[in-house]
Amino acid sequence: MSGRLVTEHISPELLLTYYKKLLELRLFEVKVQELYRNGRLPGFVHLYVGEEAVAVGVCSNLEAPDLVFSTHRGHGHALAKGVPSRIVLAELWGKATGSSGGRGGSMHMYAPEYGFMGTNGIVGAPIPLATGAALSAKMRKKRQVVVCFFGDGAVNSGSFHEAVNMGAVWNLPVVYVCENNLYATEMAFLRATKNTNVASRAAAYGLPGVTVDGQDVVAVHEVASEAIRRARDDGGPTLIECKTYRYVGHHEGDPGTDYRTREEVQQWKQKDPVKIAHKLLLDSGGADKSTLDAADLEVERLIDDAVEFAEKSPEPAADSVNDHVF
Amino acid sequence: MSEQGRVINYGDAGVEALREEMRRDASIVYIGQGIGPRGGNFRQTRGLWKEFGDDRLRDTGICELGATGAAIGAAMAGTRTVVDEVFLDFALEAITQIVQQAANISYMSNGKIKAPVVIRGAMGAVRNAGAHHSHTFYNWFANTPGLKVVLPSNPYDLKGLFKTALRDPGPVALIEHKSLYNAKCVVPEEEYLIPFGEARIVREGTDLTIVAMSRMVDLATKAAAVLEQEGISAEVIDPRTIVPLDRQRITDSIKKTGRLVVIDESPSSCSFAAELLAIAVEDCFDELQVPPQRINSLPVPNPFSPVLENQMIPSVDRIVAEVRRMMKSSRRKA
Repeated sequence: MSGRLVTEHISPELLLTYYKKLLELRLFEVKVQELYRNGRLPGFVHLYVGEEAVAVGVCSNLEAPDLVFSTHRGHGHALAKGVPSRIVLAELWGKATGSSGGRGGSMHMYAPEYGFMGTNGIVGAPIPLATGAALSAKMRKKRQVVVCFFGDGAVNSGSFHEAVNMGAVWNLPVVYVCENNLYATEMAFLRATKNTNVASRAAAYGLPGVTVDGQDVVAVHEVASEAIRRARDDGGPTLIECKTYRYVGHHEGDPGTDYRTREEVQQWKQKDPVKIAHKLLLDSGGADKSTLDAADLEVERLIDDAVEFAEKSPEPAADSVNDHVF
Repeated sequence: MSEQGRVINYGDAGVEALREEMRRDASIVYIGQGIGPRGGNFRQTRGLWKEFGDDRLRDTGICELGATGAAIGAAMAGTRTVVDEVFLDFALEAITQIVQQAANISYMSNGKIKAPVVIRGAMGAVRNAGAHHSHTFYNWFANTPGLKVVLPSNPYDLKGLFKTALRDPGPVALIEHKSLYNAKCVVPEEEYLIPFGEARIVREGTDLTIVAMSRMVDLATKAAAVLEQEGISAEVIDPRTIVPLDRQRITDSIKKTGRLVVIDESPSSCSFAAELLAIAVEDCFDELQVPPQRINSLPVPNPFSPVLENQMIPSVDRIVAEVRRMMKSSRRKA
């Protein structure tokens, strides 16, 4: 297999690592859903099921010091940036071993030691933050790149407009990645805006904008690769629109069918990012079935280990409640 | 504050603090509207652009939300920043970034991420700017865990507190008063820092304690001078930072005098004056000779008319009248 390429740029070995990461994101969220439904996890969770190719396709281009800013639907971004599933799940469980020691939870988890600058409970807010982090990177001259994920719900906010404009005028090393899953909570994008082509908005700010199939990890990887290279080479920001879909409701507990048809959900499931990568590996001869079965088993064990770790982890000490305010 | 030495104004004291710290720490970036070649709407960055250039004096368009978020994000990523809202009122455009992101980040990240950002803005009534340019909502910031709140009342304090803010793990809300920019006092040319959480006894006294913030310190001091001629000895205290608060020095004074009046340019309901009265009741109940009082601005939007605005905000006359009234009664023999 070595020496061959599955596509123009991607070797079978690399694609197999993307596949495993896609599966990790998927199985992680399925496990979170189960734990949440069984009343094991406190708080709220917004699951990333169906959108995995965006996080994996983008983050597979990043280096360890690069930074990622994420959203309320951010577990997948954390995992894709390399945050161990153990400490992500422990955070969802509110445990002391979680990435924020149980102080954050799903929408406020931070792992700067992995370049993960946080999920965020406020739609749009990470866009100015990521822009500022990119200013910092540029000032420090470290060739560090910042990636900012956000949904279609964020692009009608003032945060998007002000921050993308600043990123462009200051020529910052940031990549703005819109995960257009067609619904902001329950609001259909085409009911929220006249111009539903997010990438086309880039022209308004004078930066490149590109649309990509967000279900295809290879396609996302290649588009992001170019944008990240440009950012690293001081070529400025890019706006990438990934067309994607969440199979689940906005948050766990929302059936997600009041504002979407079951047919639409089923249609999108035909373009499943995990299955697409699996099929590409098999069809291209990049991996045989036994290799893929072994990969599946490896990822399942990883998730089982995360559950065991998080479950057995201690709660934070109640008298630590005042720590870290300042 | 020493009585002798070089005298400069409040605006220049802030510029000097910035210049010294930007020379000392090459990572500091200053972001805001009109702070580059123009030198700031209040001349609060005058001359700095010439020395530090576009890279470190980053003029923005009118986009407080984006600029403040960017300043916070840069701080989270390791670059110390100042974001200048110019008028504190304009921080409202960015309040979500200040409250939700900057103030929460240390806690939410279990102390792993700090945001060393100074959020700078000028507040208060001056020259009849009207309702959109005169707010004094520092009490809102003080009620936000994770945010330090600094209220310099004179040039000496501004320089020392600003320099401390620029070395603090942050975030710090540095709130100046617009009417103080031309106020002058002795400011040493040499380096000094003023620690947060250290109130200043502006004037010692024995009969009552007046606590005042920002521009109100000047009014309190003038009122104390009038009262002195009537044989009333007022102790004036300036907290300088309301988060952290020097509770000890303030309550020591109240216990000594048995009387407290707070002068606060914000409206009284849920104000910082209300907090200080609560502290007096909690810590000094047995020593209080009369109920503690507060003198706030009236609970109305800042009126444009000079007559109406003067009616709204605390005045020396109001302070003197209130103190005279308080001195007439006592619940126990002194």
